[in-house]
Formats: sequence, C-alpha cells, structure tokens
Amino acid sequence: MSLLDVRDLSVVFQRRGERPFTAVDKVSFTVEPGQTVGLVGESGCGKSVTSLAIMGLLPKRGNKVTGEVLFEGTDLLKLRPDDMRDRRGRDIGMIFQDPLSSLNPVIPIGVQVAEVLERHQGRERKQALREARELLDAVGIPDPDRRLKEYPHQISGGMRQRALIAIALACKPRLLIADEPTTALDVTIQAQILTLLKQLVDDTGTALIMITHDLGVVAGLCDTVNVLYGGKVVERARRHELFGQPRHPYTHGLLNSVPRLDSIRGERLHAIRGSVADNIPWTEGCAFAPRCDNVVDACLEGPPPLEPTATGGDLRCNNPVSEEVAVP
Amino acid sequence: MLRVIVRRLLQLVVTLIALSALIFIWLRNLPGGPVDALLGERATPETRALLTKALGYDQPIYVQYGKFMQRILTGDFGNSIRTGDPVIEVIGRAFPATFELALAAMIIAVGLGIPLGYLAARWRGRALDHLTVVGTLLGISIPIFFLGYLLKDVFTQNIHWFPPSGRVGIGLDNTNVTGFFVLDGLLTREFDAAADALWHLILPALTLATIPLAVIVRMTRASVLDVLNEDYVRTAEAKGLRHRTIRGRHILRNALLPVVTTIGLQTGALLSGAVLTEKVYNWGGLGTLITDSITGSRDYPVLQALILLAALVFVVVNLLVDLSYAFIDPRVRVR
Repeated sequence: MSLLDVRDLSVVFQRRGERPFTAVDKVSFTVEPGQTVGLVGESGCGKSVTSLAIMGLLPKRGNKVTGEVLFEGTDLLKLRPDDMRDRRGRDIGMIFQDPLSSLNPVIPIGVQVAEVLERHQGRERKQALREARELLDAVGIPDPDRRLKEYPHQISGGMRQRALIAIALACKPRLLIADEPTTALDVTIQAQILTLLKQLVDDTGTALIMITHDLGVVAGLCDTVNVLYGGKVVERARRHELFGQPRHPYTHGLLNSVPRLDSIRGERLHAIRGSVADNIPWTEGCAFAPRCDNVVDACLEGPPPLEPTATGGDLRCNNPVSEEVAVP
Repeated sequence: MLRVIVRRLLQLVVTLIALSALIFIWLRNLPGGPVDALLGERATPETRALLTKALGYDQPIYVQYGKFMQRILTGDFGNSIRTGDPVIEVIGRAFPATFELALAAMIIAVGLGIPLGYLAARWRGRALDHLTVVGTLLGISIPIFFLGYLLKDVFTQNIHWFPPSGRVGIGLDNTNVTGFFVLDGLLTREFDAAADALWHLILPALTLATIPLAVIVRMTRASVLDVLNEDYVRTAEAKGLRHRTIRGRHILRNALLPVVTTIGLQTGALLSGAVLTEKVYNWGGLGTLITDSITGSRDYPVLQALILLAALVFVVVNLLVDLSYAFIDPRVRVR
C-alpha cells in the first residue's frame, strides 16, 4: 500500500457571481514511504492548491474538493474536521514558502515549536521546550538555547525556514509537504535548506512532496516528478528519465529555459512562448496547445489522455518530443 | 523602556502646559463671565469693578496666567466661584461618579465588543455578521442623548426594569467610603446598597458604552479578518492545533493590537459622552459639573481644572496603551 494515494483529486473554486474555476483537475499520483516526489509547474498550475487540499487547509467555503486522498488507506477528505486536525502536524507536516510570514510574529520561536509537541505528544511546556531545543539543534540552528526565546523578526530568513522545518518534523510525521520552501530565500541559503531537507528525510525515512517551480530543486532531490499544467498532470517520470528525456513539450520547454554552465556564450535562452493566460480549457483540447511548438490537429479536438510510457512514466500528449531533439 | 516612559511623561508636561494656556485664554474671551453671573444684569458699574478687582480679573491676562500656574505648582487650583469651595474638593466629589460610570461603560464595550467582533469575522457574510455591521453603524450614528432618553423611556416608564435617574434610590442610606457606590456597598457589606447602585448604573453605562462598543466591534472584526488571512494562521492550522489555541494565541493576540489602540482613543469619546449621559440620567458627576460651571456661572477655576483633568486622563490612558503595546508586540520593544 502506498503511503499516499491521490486519486482523481479535483478542486473547483466557486465564488458567488463568478464562473467556477477548476484549479486542480483529476490529479492522481502516489507517494511511497520514504520517497521524495516532486510536483512541478509554473504559477497557477494548481500545485499549491493540491497540497492544501491534501492537508484539508483550503477555505471552508467557496470551493469543492472531489476525489480521494488515501493516506495509509484512509481517505483524508472523508475524515471529520477534528480527526483531520489530529493528523495534521502529527502524520503530515507542512512547510511553506515565506518563512517570515509563516511564523507568528508575537510568539517566541521556542513556543511555536513546543506547541506542536504539547498538542500531539501530550508534553508539558517545560519538556516540550527541551525537545524543541533539540529540534532546533537538529535543523542546524546555532545557539538554540538563545533562539528558543527569540522572536521571528530577530533571526535570519534561513534560520526561520529551519525553525519551520523543525516545527513540521517535530512529531516525526510520515509525510512532509514542502510548498516552495526555498523560493523566498537567497540562493546560497536555498542550497543549505535543500541539503538539510534531503539529509532529514534520508535520516528519518519521512516521505516528501516537494512543490516547486524550480527544476534545479527537483534535480537534486526528487525520486519521481509530476509535471502539472493547467491543473492536470501532463507528464510523470522518474527523475533521470525526466531530465534525460523529457517527452512533453512543456517539460521540454521548461528544461530548455534553464540556463546551463556549458551553453554557448551569448546564446539566447529558450523560452516557452505566450503565457498561462493563453491556455484553452481542457474540455476544448490540450490546454498547452496555444503555446506548443509540436501542436497537431488532434490537440484541439479534446484533451489527450494520460498514457503510460515505455520507461514506466505517464504522458499526456498527442505529439511528444522525440528523443533526437531532447536537451543536449 | 524606562527612557520611553520618561520621554512620554516629559511630553505630557509640555502638552498640559500648552493646553492650560489655551484654556486660560479661551475661557476669558468667552462672552459673559463670572462677574456678570454672580451680580446679575442690574449691578452698578462700581460693584462690578469692585468684584472684578477682588477676583483679580482686572489684571492683564499673562499676569493672571502666571499667578494661576504658580498656585497650581503648589497644588492650589483656587476656589469655585459658584460655591466658594476649593476646586480640588468640588472635583473630588464628582470624580468617582464619572469614573464609576466610565469604567462600567468600558467594561461593557470591551467585554462585549471583542467577542462580538471576533464572531462576526469568523462568520463573515452570515446573518450574525450582517447584524453586527448594521448594529454597529446604528450604535455609532445614534446621538447619545437620544438613545439615553429612548432607553430611559422604555426601561423605566414602559417596563419598570431600571430606576430612571440618580446613583442610588431615595431613602437608601449608603455609607460613602471611596465615592464609588458599588464598591462602597461591597466594602461596607451593605450588599443591598451595592445592588441598588449597580441597578442605577446599568442604563447609563449602556448608553455611554454604545459608541465605544460599536467602534471596538468594528475594529476587532476588521482586524481579525486581516489576521485570518495571515500565513501564520495557516501554519497554526497545519500544526493541527486546537481551535482555542489558534483563536487565543495566534489570532486574537495579533488581532487585538490595533484594538488596544482604539480602546485608548475611545477614552476621549467616553469623557465627552459622559457629559450627555449624566445629563439624561441626572448623574452627579464631572459631566454635570462641567455643564453647571459653564451655563451657571462661568466658573473659571473649576472649568480650567476640569479640562486639564480630562486632558491628563486622556494622555495617561494612551501612555498606558502604548506601554501595553510594547508588552504585547515584541517588535515594538526593539526600538
């Protein structure tokens, strides 16, 4: 049994007086225990909404979530709110994009770590603070005794993200969801945080869902990668296959738009033409068709199905990139 | 922290001196005056001149002000022109009544306002929220004297739930210790007196509370709505914390920062509201003293002291608010 089995997850935002908007469209993927899975795509492709839906953190009103989110066989979407509350932070931890705004400004770091332990492990405040100190130490925060008493504005951005990681991992969850955890950080700090995350999931055996728009992050971390476009998975592959041989024109375009050290000086970087605004609804064809270099007539006749590939992945494309033109 | 307090206290002294000068000049430029009030319109010019001289009003205004300031420094605010009693005593007699009324109003405003504002925000767009928004708009816009007479009419004439006016029932011989009648009753174990005083207090306090209550509800609602969208509330949810932890530690603690400031500023509204409320309910406090001192006799010494007292209360309350702010929000402490 997979640790997490997401089946046909859809999220439709329905605000009064507005047309319903399908942010996540029948997304399915699995996470095995200890595995690191990437959800990749540009802004608005539905990757954050997917993670919030798994956590049950979407607003109570104005949206409709359908499908199944099986965590160790239990459908999280069918749990009573209080039962889900018991699992959040204990079975599934989550870290967010902006570490400054994600920490409460008026509460010391120590209490913010300790309160998870008090909640889920029944610790007293003193004991919880002792364990919080260990956790801060484990995520590489120097002088943890002092940091326990400090407030978020008093420590650096990198340290804040480390503190959030300590919070998310405090109860040794079996799954950690990281939503763009390095986007708000300096490049040097990004590398440190990614190394830390990799080391922690390796040490603890925690499975990780890495949500990012940054393929560099995926390259260093993920076992399997799901590429999302317009709320649907368009390509799924193991990391090496994806980077060595991207099949979907969108994945191909993304990889081509990453600057490389060995590219010829002065050569223009490849960019995918158009923007997300050019998308057509999936009901009318492939949403990526208006921006696609490989577009064929079939692409505008209805959504292409997600089909297994020879290398064990899945692909949603009528005219995939052939091997010869793959990234050098 | 100490430096902040000292600096603010120095600012307070400067404010009060400037204000005292303003009041002094302003009062003496009002038409009419104590001399007219005391002697009436038929007095001869000779009598007028005599009294003017006796009261010292014949001297240039800066000399009068100098003498006034000199006496204040020795704690002497002069005597009331109307009654001849020392101003300190006159104000001391009226102060507890107003303080009791204002405190009760503030307890109602804060005690009801914060929970209501929070609930309205949590139930945004639902019936309770709409009701709150409309209700607070009414609360802010209904004039106090109108609401006062309305409540009085309904609850003392139509249904006899509350006494119509005064601070205690007629014939009830309560012992005066502090001047706060509810407290006095409790202190002297005259519980019937305490209950009676409380009974008299409810309607005036409700009347006086409406504006601060409405403002606090609106402020709390807006502030909670802001905080609900904050990332750290989402983090708290992601931790699986209990509702009450998220509500108290993560939402209210942050949302109440601007509300605390509002509470400080509302003391000003409370002081002016007290004048009207006391008039409606025949409540013998500072508000009554102010109206009597202006309309009856232009009682300069009492008026000067009263306005200075009001300013002092306002500034001190807001100083306390600022200090508590630094206590609640660690980001303020650094400065």
